[in-house]
Amino acid sequence: MLTALVLLPTAMAVLLLCVPRGAPRVLFPAAWAATAAAELVLTVIVWTGHERGGGTWYETRARWIPSAGISYHVGVDGLSLPLVAVTCVLFLACAAYAWRETRRPREFAALFLFLQTTCLGLFVALDLILFFVFFDLSIVAMYFIIAAWGHKGAARAALKFFLYTFIGSLALLLGFIGLYLAADPHTFDIVELTEADPLAGRTTYGALVLLAIAVGLAVKTPTVPFHTWLPPAHTDAPAAGSAILAGVLLKMGTYGFLRVAMPVLPDAWRDHALVFVVVGVVSVLYGALVALAQTDFKRMVAYTSVNHMGYIILAVGAAGAVGADQEDARRLAVTGSVFQMVSHGLLTGALFLLSGVLYERGRTYEMAAYSGVAGRAPVFAALTGVAAFASLGLPGFSGFIAEFQILTGSLGPAPVATGLAVLGILLTAALFLRALQQVLLGPLRLPVAAPGADRPFADLRVHEGLAVVPLLALGVVLGLAPRFVLDVIEPASRTVLDLLRR
Amino acid sequence: MNGTTESNAVRALTAMNEMTGMNENPLDLLPEVLLAASAVLGLLLGAWLPRRRQWLVGALAGAACAGGLVAAAIAATTPVETAFGGAFALDTLSATSRIVILGATLLVLALAAPRLYADPRETEFHVLLQLSSVGALTLAGAQDLLLLAAGYLLASVPAYALAGFRKDGPGTEAALKFYVLGAFLGVLMLTGITVLLAAGRTTAYPVLRTELAGAPTGLVAAGTLALLTGVLFKAGAVPAHFWVPDAVQGSSEPVAAFLTTIPKIGALVAFYRLAVVPLADADLPWAGLVAVLSVASMTLGNLAAFFQQDVTRLLAYSTISQVGYLLLPVAVAGRTDLDQEALLYYLAGYALTNLGAFAVVCALPGARTVDDYRGLARTRPALLAALVVCLLGLVGTPPTAVFLGKLEAFSAAFDGGYAWLAVVAAVNTVASLFYYLRWIAPAFLASGPAGGPGAMSRSAAVIAYGAATGSVVLGLLGGSVLDVLGGPPAP
Repeated sequence: MLTALVLLPTAMAVLLLCVPRGAPRVLFPAAWAATAAAELVLTVIVWTGHERGGGTWYETRARWIPSAGISYHVGVDGLSLPLVAVTCVLFLACAAYAWRETRRPREFAALFLFLQTTCLGLFVALDLILFFVFFDLSIVAMYFIIAAWGHKGAARAALKFFLYTFIGSLALLLGFIGLYLAADPHTFDIVELTEADPLAGRTTYGALVLLAIAVGLAVKTPTVPFHTWLPPAHTDAPAAGSAILAGVLLKMGTYGFLRVAMPVLPDAWRDHALVFVVVGVVSVLYGALVALAQTDFKRMVAYTSVNHMGYIILAVGAAGAVGADQEDARRLAVTGSVFQMVSHGLLTGALFLLSGVLYERGRTYEMAAYSGVAGRAPVFAALTGVAAFASLGLPGFSGFIAEFQILTGSLGPAPVATGLAVLGILLTAALFLRALQQVLLGPLRLPVAAPGADRPFADLRVHEGLAVVPLLALGVVLGLAPRFVLDVIEPASRTVLDLLRR
Repeated sequence: MNGTTESNAVRALTAMNEMTGMNENPLDLLPEVLLAASAVLGLLLGAWLPRRRQWLVGALAGAACAGGLVAAAIAATTPVETAFGGAFALDTLSATSRIVILGATLLVLALAAPRLYADPRETEFHVLLQLSSVGALTLAGAQDLLLLAAGYLLASVPAYALAGFRKDGPGTEAALKFYVLGAFLGVLMLTGITVLLAAGRTTAYPVLRTELAGAPTGLVAAGTLALLTGVLFKAGAVPAHFWVPDAVQGSSEPVAAFLTTIPKIGALVAFYRLAVVPLADADLPWAGLVAVLSVASMTLGNLAAFFQQDVTRLLAYSTISQVGYLLLPVAVAGRTDLDQEALLYYLAGYALTNLGAFAVVCALPGARTVDDYRGLARTRPALLAALVVCLLGLVGTPPTAVFLGKLEAFSAAFDGGYAWLAVVAAVNTVASLFYYLRWIAPAFLASGPAGGPGAMSRSAAVIAYGAATGSVVLGLLGGSVLDVLGGPPAP
């Protein structure tokens, strides 16, 4: 079941590449959207079919490279299932958004389908090498998307993205090898490694392995000081690419902390939890402050991603902080961090797609070039407003639930850090309000180069609306009735904490 | 003092006596014999055949390689032993190198044959190629220092001629540099063998193992260093790498593919065998020495490749850096259980991937520089896909074969207590990504000149597709391949 879910998009991508040259252009987005929809249906089936309570579902394990301790081992649990779902939703939204892509639509669709395989594969992987394979392939696919369909300067940004994240992935690989050699018998299997806890009592070795893994994941997340690849990559990527990059690829880093670093290295994690708390808070504040200084709308959204990812790092760090009596608080922190991944995926995905709409109309992301857009494009303005308010954590949206849980959960174990992190919310509120005011309100002013003389700023088109509205609607649903997702996450976060307490 | 010398001499003698009693069955060397016989037969045939029929010599060479592959595969199932007085090892190391070398030679023949059709010197090319391959096979199986020297010469001398085969300016320069360096290091290697003979009083590996353990360290160290220069020359590793870029750039593309792949396999297996048999018990800082060589190779190769415009020169430096990674398992030889699998698997993956990259270069004879590949995505998308797979494969992107090879090599280095070496190799891998992307990016992104990079050689393109697919398939089937690479080396 999961194998089909993972491999279906790539199979479709291969089919698309084999289609003869003269095929009508519309075939490619249609096939892409159909596949993405099928993936979503499959995910719904997986979601409704799983048993309640904890554990791993749909587990499959096949021999792959037994002599090197590598197997094809996949399964979903409460940590990965919400992320699988959000991946499928976002890819469907991107398929809708890119309906009118005219530059090499065949390759565009094929790359996105392949990228979907790598994202889903990573979230369901229960073997470190399988995890790494998908981790690396996602970088390759995203490199080509940014480089070939991005804006001016995309080649440079893509190269930076590739080099940065690739160095991260190699650090990750070295950490994985360290784990592999520590286990007896040698294995890359996450489940076996989790049970064995191979580095219990080996402080230095454990710290070094954690360092390698944490650096690898922190580059991908990204946290300060490894975040410098993110703004150029986002600014120059096509809108759909940015949405996936922020919505799904960044989650690979934070998911890795919950899936690999915490359960497999509990001792080292507890010893160094404070480092993660500090890095988290610095990311929250630094991301927000730098975002506040941006004049470029997309760059600003990119920096708020650093801010939002910072909350997750803060939460996972706080969950490992000493003091075993605050069990409930720490569970809240872990649950909140998973919920934040889902929420950020939906909301930031929507924001990046909306910024793509803005760019498509005005050919610039500079906020100073726009004013009073609300009068000309009310639907666009309304949706941007909703997305911005949701992203800054207004109650009633998913972001509020996530950040509330994270901050409440972290307050006990790390009071000072959490107090500082709250300031981040204030900063995000300020910067989003300022951006909305600049772009949407005031007298009408549009960039001179805007194409189409009679209606220089057309309102949202149907396919764009179809992409953005469901994302925001889901954000509202999760904000009002989060229970159905929390029920899935909570048993898994309890398991993570049990493993951490060993 | 006298007593021990005497007993050692007696032991050596008895060992030799035992060995002469062992097999001298030429069928044990069937792959080597087939290839050598086909070279001789091809030379005779070529003298009588009309020019338009000379392709038969190439076909004969291909048939010999294919026959050798079958023979090697059958021989691989027999238990470990040695042939011809213990001079030639028949173990997993030589069996795997036979299969990889013969397979790679077959690919090079297929790359070269269409270009050489009705060439005045078609026969000579095929003969030289086969003889050099026999040399590489000999290097891989040699269990005796003198046979190692013979393998070195057999692998080198025809290769000098191949490097200058085009008889043009760059080709002559390439051949001259290659020859001068090769001759010099060959002499140095023979000196090393003489010194080791003085230290161990024999050239047979198993006896050397016990003899060198008690021999004066300075003598052994000096001999080993001199011996290694020759091996490093064939492997194209720093500090004996100076010939690689010029020879690769100056010779024709199939020859460049050959020079950077096939002798390397033989040399690295010989290197590994030296580490695990004759020098295993010698009191040398082996791991440290090889680790330094490895770091130097990968770093220098990568740095030099950074801003190359000529694609063959870029690939030449890339092969130097690849030798650095390949030396990882050699450095920790004997210190871990993973070394042999790592080396052999990486060699197989490297050979296939590197030949694939060269096949793409062969497929576009008009494109010499990175800029000539601009816009390949529009004109030749399939060829670009093969190039991307091969180049990212050389970086070590999963799931290609080199990825698994690197994983094994890194694991071996970690396990052997050389974690820092694995870290350096990882950093170098990232650096190498830069220049591969310098080649891929314009091919994928930019729009090229009208008409694209010129004509495409269809046969070379097919080989490129095959090699690219093969490197992915080999990576995915890594499990079953790794399982058969673990046998013990011949004692």
